[in-house]
Amino acid sequence: MKKTISIILLIVLTMTLITGCGGGSTKNDDVIKIGINYELTGEVASYGQASVDGIELAIEEINAAGGINGKKIEAVKYDNKSDKSQATTLATKLMTQDKVVAVLGPATSGAFKATIPEAIKNKVVVASGSATSDEVTVDDKGVKEYAFRICFTDSYQGTAMANYALNNMNQTKAVVIMDNSSDYAKGLAANFTKTFEAGGGEVVATEAFVAGDKDFNAILTKIKGQDFGVIFLPGYYEEAGLIIRQAREQGIDTPILGADGFGAPELTELAGADALNNVFFSSHFSSLDKDPSVAGFIENFSKKHGKEPDQFAALGYDLAMFLADGIKRAGSTDTVAIKDALAATKDFKGITGSFSMDENHNPVKAVVVVGIENGVHATSERVAQ
Amino acid sequence: MEQLFQQIINGISLGSIYALIALGYTMVYGIIKLINFAHSDVYMLGAFVGYFSMTTLKLGFIPSLLLSMILCMIIGVVIEKVAYKPLRNATRIAVLITAIGVSLFIEYTTMAIAGAGVRAYPQMPEFLTGTYKLGSINITMQQVIIVIVTIILMVLLQFIVKKTKIGKAMRAVSLDSDAAELMGINVNTTISFTFALGSALAGAAGIMVGIYYNSINPLMGMLPGIKAFVAAVFGGIGIIPGAMIGGYFIGIVEVLVSGYGNSLYRDGVVFAILILVLIIKPSGLLGKNIREKV
Repeated sequence: MKKTISIILLIVLTMTLITGCGGGSTKNDDVIKIGINYELTGEVASYGQASVDGIELAIEEINAAGGINGKKIEAVKYDNKSDKSQATTLATKLMTQDKVVAVLGPATSGAFKATIPEAIKNKVVVASGSATSDEVTVDDKGVKEYAFRICFTDSYQGTAMANYALNNMNQTKAVVIMDNSSDYAKGLAANFTKTFEAGGGEVVATEAFVAGDKDFNAILTKIKGQDFGVIFLPGYYEEAGLIIRQAREQGIDTPILGADGFGAPELTELAGADALNNVFFSSHFSSLDKDPSVAGFIENFSKKHGKEPDQFAALGYDLAMFLADGIKRAGSTDTVAIKDALAATKDFKGITGSFSMDENHNPVKAVVVVGIENGVHATSERVAQ
Repeated sequence: MEQLFQQIINGISLGSIYALIALGYTMVYGIIKLINFAHSDVYMLGAFVGYFSMTTLKLGFIPSLLLSMILCMIIGVVIEKVAYKPLRNATRIAVLITAIGVSLFIEYTTMAIAGAGVRAYPQMPEFLTGTYKLGSINITMQQVIIVIVTIILMVLLQFIVKKTKIGKAMRAVSLDSDAAELMGINVNTTISFTFALGSALAGAAGIMVGIYYNSINPLMGMLPGIKAFVAAVFGGIGIIPGAMIGGYFIGIVEVLVSGYGNSLYRDGVVFAILILVLIIKPSGLLGKNIREKV
């Protein structure tokens, strides 16, 4: 017992010593240090690793082109093990000891949010490529000054898909079937309904289910008797796959719209390739995108990492480019100047679409709508706001 | 009107699943007065056995169904021998807690082995995927198969319980196990046999759910298990025909609530029924009030 206490004391003392010393380290002015705080192991490691692959490609390209304002970028990379408290500790470490000018990551909303108080305290920007939860950058007290993201929010997709149904598909009657047990789906459904009705459409029925349900025949039979042209289905692939399958079995063959929760290969397994037709979902990035910058990115990424990039890799790449652009415009490595430059971003051209920052530090950007035919991603188009 | 028929067809196929699971609950309760919480996990294992027999062993539907029923039968008997038999003379609460423990053990062991994610059943052959149209009513082949298999199994079960020697022994043990033992009935064998029967039915329900909904996971037994339990209580726990009626009743009620009311009240209505039954007729629809003699 005594031994344990003395060990704990020793650790605490050492840690104070380290933090104490950290303040004294000198800045190396030849390079710009950027912190990378991502999930490289643990349950969401696949998101974090893909993001870092994209970031590293971007840094390599920037350095090959001469760096920013003549200075090369140096990345300080840490693994937060998919753990929120670890992410916070690492953010503090990056800001106070490594003296980075900004921290990229983490990938998930929960972990990213946990690092924001540190960002505000130390006046260093944190930016995420994939934290989509609505309240990440803004809360009741207003915008969180040092937090940025370059992905659209969950509920923004609802707005985008409503516009897609109205303008691209010319539908005016929709049915909403939503997962009532997730905030993600409820936010999507609310925004879809609001935009669709404001645009002259009518939501003829709203049905709900909860995560884990398997039998949707009752609600599908109920809507079958109604007059509508499109189904909006916010939810994750587990239930969406089953709903699509059961709807097609019941003979409902209207287009089905969804959000990025559809972007998993399991959707095809659950729905069956035969049933998965006439389905469209919003996504951050599609490798089918015709934009020339996308083709270049895919080629360079495959060359460096030996695999096809997914949407996290694309967002990671854009995130690093976005930060580099901000530092360049700030003209210095002062963290407050970088924050102001990032907030003033206008028409930044990325491979996941070009965007400007709004007052809540969310990007205003186009959504990529991917169409599925016979179980495979067949079409993709960018849909502006 | 057509919509009502369609909804009732949906309800009957859902109710068949509940009825098959409810039978296992009710038989075990009838014989040792235990609510076997692990029963819904045997149903889940049935679905997984079916999955592996179709994907890894590449067996057809009928062989997979039989394999899944046999393996579940063995699992059911093993659960009884290992977990419940040593507690035969313990308090009922001790056995009940053991049942919850067994249930969690099975769920999380499966999760450790097979992973927590959702799995999709393989593509079914042509004869299992067709759809029949009667006017505007759609009946899928899977619904037909679920109902037919359920009816065959129920007839078989009635035959075993009413016409065979072991069935007579089951009824005798359920009536009075001490007296049955004095008459020369091997109570332990009879209890094992009851577990075997109930588990085989749960296994059949599991594989049919896999085919019908095409999605299985290690925690899939939880909610259907509870609903089947409600069905068993509704029909009168311990009474076999009661479980069948209860299963179909709960299935149809669920579908009608989602179809004509609010889909979110579905589970609420089912549990409200449980509460009402417990208040108004605690012994269930077919239950008899037995006065305890002092």
